[in-house]
Amino acid sequence: MAIAIPIQSSTSGAEAAVRFHGVSKTYRLGDVPVEALKSVSFGIPPQRFSMILGPSGSGKSTLLNLIGCLDRPTAGVLEIGGEKIGAKSDDELSEFRARKIGFIFQNFNLIPVLSAYENVEYPLVLLGVRPTERKRRTLEILKSVGLVEHRNHRPNQLSGGQKQRVAIARALVKGPTLVLADEPTANLDSQTGAAIIDLMRQVQHEHGATFVFSTHDPQLISHAEEVFSIRDGELLEHRTAHS
Amino acid sequence: MSTIKIAARNITRNVRRSVMTISAIAIGAMATLVFGAFVSEIFVQIETQNVVRSGHLAIYREGYFKYGSGNPAAYGIPHYETVLQLVKDDPVLKPLINVVTPTVNLFGIAGNFESDASKTFMGLGVIPKDYNRMHEWDEHQIRAQLREVDAPLNELDETHGFVGVGLGRILRLCGALKIADCPNTALPQDDANGAGPSVPAKRDFAGLKDSGEGSTQQSGQSHVPRLDLLAATSAGAPNVVNFYVDAAVAQGVKELDDAFVVMNFHLAQQLLYGRGEKKAVGIVLQLHRTEDIDAAKRRIEGLIQSKGLDLEVRELKELQPFYRQVIGMMSAIFSFISLVMVVIVLFTVVNTMSMSVMERTPEIGTLRAIGVRKLGITRQFVAEGLLLGLIGATIGLLLGFVLNYLINHSGLTWQPPGSASPVPLLVRENEIAPLAGIIWISLAIVAVIAAWLPARRGARLTIVDALGHV
Repeated sequence: MAIAIPIQSSTSGAEAAVRFHGVSKTYRLGDVPVEALKSVSFGIPPQRFSMILGPSGSGKSTLLNLIGCLDRPTAGVLEIGGEKIGAKSDDELSEFRARKIGFIFQNFNLIPVLSAYENVEYPLVLLGVRPTERKRRTLEILKSVGLVEHRNHRPNQLSGGQKQRVAIARALVKGPTLVLADEPTANLDSQTGAAIIDLMRQVQHEHGATFVFSTHDPQLISHAEEVFSIRDGELLEHRTAHS
Repeated sequence: MSTIKIAARNITRNVRRSVMTISAIAIGAMATLVFGAFVSEIFVQIETQNVVRSGHLAIYREGYFKYGSGNPAAYGIPHYETVLQLVKDDPVLKPLINVVTPTVNLFGIAGNFESDASKTFMGLGVIPKDYNRMHEWDEHQIRAQLREVDAPLNELDETHGFVGVGLGRILRLCGALKIADCPNTALPQDDANGAGPSVPAKRDFAGLKDSGEGSTQQSGQSHVPRLDLLAATSAGAPNVVNFYVDAAVAQGVKELDDAFVVMNFHLAQQLLYGRGEKKAVGIVLQLHRTEDIDAAKRRIEGLIQSKGLDLEVRELKELQPFYRQVIGMMSAIFSFISLVMVVIVLFTVVNTMSMSVMERTPEIGTLRAIGVRKLGITRQFVAEGLLLGLIGATIGLLLGFVLNYLINHSGLTWQPPGSASPVPLLVRENEIAPLAGIIWISLAIVAVIAAWLPARRGARLTIVDALGHV
């Protein structure tokens, strides 16, 4: 049962995994400035299944890019895990993403020349985890997504659902505090999508990570614990589902 | 997962493109190696040809090299034996020197008066034993390949020596010296009528010999034609000596071939100095190794300075300008070809890596999103370029070695500049390992630079744009 709550009563700074303080983002389309986010202020609670909803062009992808440290705000302050993102250099942001954030993409975005195992192992290589520990953690996460048997397959030898499972394993193998998923079920059939959602719920419970989705999928939305509705670059409402 | 391992997999993603790139690099490497080996062979051949004739260094009276060739008698080295001994006994020079010998350079008129033929000549007087030893010099072990070998100089009789083929032809010594391509030794008809030459037109070689061509009969030494050499002594008086021609030896350059006479040092001294003090015009040094030229030259200059002698030292490149010119020209051609190859490789790899970066832009975005730094992206593409470069260079060099072997066993010949006759078309198989190493490393560096340009562009893409790239 979800209940609508006013924006002002959104999660407090102390509790939030992600906090926006008057964050704006303006792009330029040629000479024309386009304000994708208009001074939004809210917090995303930790260890929850949060959904960002909104029509195309509403600014939800911009919001997700900012949360993922893939882009920087034009104005305002963005805090993730209590760290201010705007002050970080490009290399510091890369390091931050490598340690703290997992990504699950709509098109899976696996590295085609790497096997399922290697794709999952790759974030641990970036973090400099020792080979034996890498192997243990990679196999463990592959087992939890049910792909140990397919670990030597390249992405082109896997189905869409299997690819997304590999992507989930890759996002979670490093134990991130934040997992971002951009339309993770959009390229999957409903049955596979449901399985993927169940898997994400399961690993979210196991790993205790904060999941933030951008989606249109009603099936996925039905599992939301937090819903943030965006329109025209502004946060319309924040609803919390109390289980 | 090492960067190189991922790079190796990435270059197999578009096999055709990678094969084309590797082929271009391999052809560049092969062409550079083969041409470099050819140039190296030319260098050692020319070096050998010049060193056996002129040595590595020559000591002259101060000013001879610039002003003295027109009047060598005036620039003779008095008491040359002392200088010779000074050089021979020096403990630093001793291990470096193969031959040190006095020479006399002179100009005059050579006449075969029986055939009513004469010609100005350029003479070189040498000690036969030293001259013959100088001709055994073979630092690069290629003497067996060189067909153009001077005849050994008669060590027993001071009046013997040899002439250039052209001079032998001009002086009507074709039959006696067995000069090829010398069908008509007669003077033109008009001259024959006017001057009354003793050689009738259109006689064959046998006829020439029978009629006593040259002054063979008069010499008292059967089969050896005699010439009269006329020169002005240092005192300005005309002087004549008898000279017996053992052979005609081609000199490559026509002007030299038509005038060259090699004679015994003492005969040359007699001709140039008459009854006056016998001097040497030059003291020639042949070293064991060409690379010792600078050290030996410095040492001799030091000796000259310490003894206060009025002498100067000239090295091979000054003594033989043609040698320096050929080396310079071939080096320039090699540099130009190498540069063309570098440009081809550069553009090929830039093109390949640019295509690769464009096709893999979403992948770049993904890698950046999961935490790879810009430098990591650059490193990945540079590794791919490096791998393409190294594979191409390795294949190219191996093909180059095979091609070098095939060329050396093909039996082809060519006539290089300054050579009197065709020589085998050869390339240097030995001692080109350093060249191969330089090519390998250079192509690797070129490939890295070529890959770095598009890699840097890929790494600088914004992550959001890269992820959204289609």
